Amino acid sequence: MTRFDFNDASVVVIIGSGAGGGTLANELCQKGFKVVLLEAGKRQSPATFRNDEWFAFNQLAWLDKRTTSGNWQIAKDFPNLPAWTCKTVGGTTVHWAGASLRFQEHEFKAKTTYSNVTGANLLDWPLTLAELEPFYAKAEFKMGVTRTNDIPGLPGNNNFKVMYNGATRAGYKTVHTGRMAINSRPRDDRSSCWQLGFCFQGCKSGAKWSTLYTEIPKAEATGKLDLRPQSRALQIQHDKQGKATGVLYADKEGKHVLQKARIVCVAGNSIESARLLLNSSSSTFPQGLANSSGQVGKNYMRHTTGSVYATFAKPVYMNRGTVMAGIVADESELNLKRGFAGGFEFETISLGLPFAAAFLKPGAWGRDYARLLDQYPNMAGMWIVGEDMPQETNAVTLHPTEKDEWGLPIPNVHYDDHPNDLAMRNYAYKRGADIYNAVGATQIVAVPPYPSTHNMGTCRMSENPRDGVCNKWGQTHDIKNLFISDGSQFTTSAGENPTLTIVTLAIRQADHIANESSKKNL
Amino acid sequence: MKRREFLQKGVIVVAGAAVAVSGVAVVGNAAEWTAGLKTLNPHEGQTLLKITRQIFPHDRLDDSDYIKVVQDLDAEGATVPATAKVLHDGVANLDRSTSSKFVTMSDDDQIAALKNIEDSQFFQKVHSTELVSLYNNHEVWKKLGYQGASYPIGGYLHHGFNDLNWLPEPPASASPKPA
Repeated sequence: MTRFDFNDASVVVIIGSGAGGGTLANELCQKGFKVVLLEAGKRQSPATFRNDEWFAFNQLAWLDKRTTSGNWQIAKDFPNLPAWTCKTVGGTTVHWAGASLRFQEHEFKAKTTYSNVTGANLLDWPLTLAELEPFYAKAEFKMGVTRTNDIPGLPGNNNFKVMYNGATRAGYKTVHTGRMAINSRPRDDRSSCWQLGFCFQGCKSGAKWSTLYTEIPKAEATGKLDLRPQSRALQIQHDKQGKATGVLYADKEGKHVLQKARIVCVAGNSIESARLLLNSSSSTFPQGLANSSGQVGKNYMRHTTGSVYATFAKPVYMNRGTVMAGIVADESELNLKRGFAGGFEFETISLGLPFAAAFLKPGAWGRDYARLLDQYPNMAGMWIVGEDMPQETNAVTLHPTEKDEWGLPIPNVHYDDHPNDLAMRNYAYKRGADIYNAVGATQIVAVPPYPSTHNMGTCRMSENPRDGVCNKWGQTHDIKNLFISDGSQFTTSAGENPTLTIVTLAIRQADHIANESSKKNL
Repeated sequence: MKRREFLQKGVIVVAGAAVAVSGVAVVGNAAEWTAGLKTLNPHEGQTLLKITRQIFPHDRLDDSDYIKVVQDLDAEGATVPATAKVLHDGVANLDRSTSSKFVTMSDDDQIAALKNIEDSQFFQKVHSTELVSLYNNHEVWKKLGYQGASYPIGGYLHHGFNDLNWLPEPPASASPKPA
């Protein structure tokens, strides 16, 4: 196992080992950089994953206390669990379902495309789809995305059959088993999908791409990666010139350790990344690191979501097979005639009985709810994922009084639904019901959003340093050797699942770091 | 934060006891099962049995499935004094607030009485515990048709992941055949 000295100031320190951090670590190690990868959680493996929703939730989820505010229903239903992300090596790539869709050209120009949406803090990305395309292609190849690189699509399960027949009868045209980072054939020393049905609980077949068993072992094989699990970043330190110099973290014994660094990359997911920058305030940077714009923590986005479940006269067994087994893509196209800006996808989703009980109607009880759960085998489900509007007041902030076990303020996540989000969600609920009614649904259940797995925008990219935290490379405007390497850098959310774009940006960022290093600019 | 805590509105309660599947053998005779309770007296046990059934009333489930929930509440009460107090006070308040003991009331009256206290700490405690305990019970899974872990059988690939036959097969362009 490679170990670098705490005082070795030639290493790159990456905080977080998920889609952004884990990918960046491998890309940099392949280029010869020495990387220290700090991960707050423990290291699991397909052998230690369990097909058990509550067990896996406790094993993998980020459960540190957070608070919520705002008019979103999460603040009422799950006041201390705004997000469903992971604290484990591999981060939320252990939990994700695998949907890998490119953003569309117009989505990089949200401000231009949607013009003035009242109350939205829209901005165009400082880059274009054309600039990202070569990197999207690299990401798709790396992750083995189906329906790219001549990789066949996955076979559809029962839940997909219901979606397909309903959606085509309801008039939709683009309905298939999606572009998934799940092997439909053995590839990259990983098996093809076993249709286990426990994508969210860690894939025991290894068919689903996760940095845990792809990027990270590949990086380790270079001898250039020093992975430190159970290492909780507390503060990014800097020198008098304002350059990042290292990261103070708590190791697994709780001991405070300072790892020196030449470059620091933050990839702790949008809540923790912003919180770490805010908690790293100093006399030089009293409002937090890289925050001269005041935008750190602001513009928090979580996608417009919700689910539609339906019951039928005959069995479905949605629990069998891949969780996101199919997609309806028609509503993702640019179409401002529906009464809202932005687009969305329907993607199948399934929950086991334990989580169906917890999430279908949070807080519900009584005869009607028991009757709904009685029909579990006859239930089909789909999830809505759509573009939400950035709002400056939707923000991750430091709690004024509550502290964590290291004495640092815990995060509060404030989110108010924008009228555009509500219009999209209500439209999607209605169209989702149309899909299931077209194949004879006996009951439709419009399910409110789960705690957010897509968290974006809290350190957004901007052309002008006044408008955001980092530039088109994820490099912070204020501190040139400090990078944002996760979904926090998204300028807007687009209507697609974020992981593919996070991986794409990480590959591109690694090239930039290498280029700038060779030019002695870093 | 342990699993049930985020389900409890507003407050974080640190629960010491692991729940879900209690190790105590369940027997049919009321006197016998209530005799095994550590914190709750037999009346409190019987009352909570009625309450847990009213919260998630599945005709297909047996009293033994709900007794496990009561046993999980009792087990937590045995190690967390605050939980014991919530349970003792909760049952007493429920009996006191109505003209007859809760267990002797009609279904409709029991539901109405519970509706009155659904925002109380007592109700939230029972509800959030039951939500995990009842629906994580493998006996309940069988009765409600949830199949649970598929890894032991190698996944559903050869065990019915696409066996739905009451709708037409999607074309191969939308849903390719398995490898």
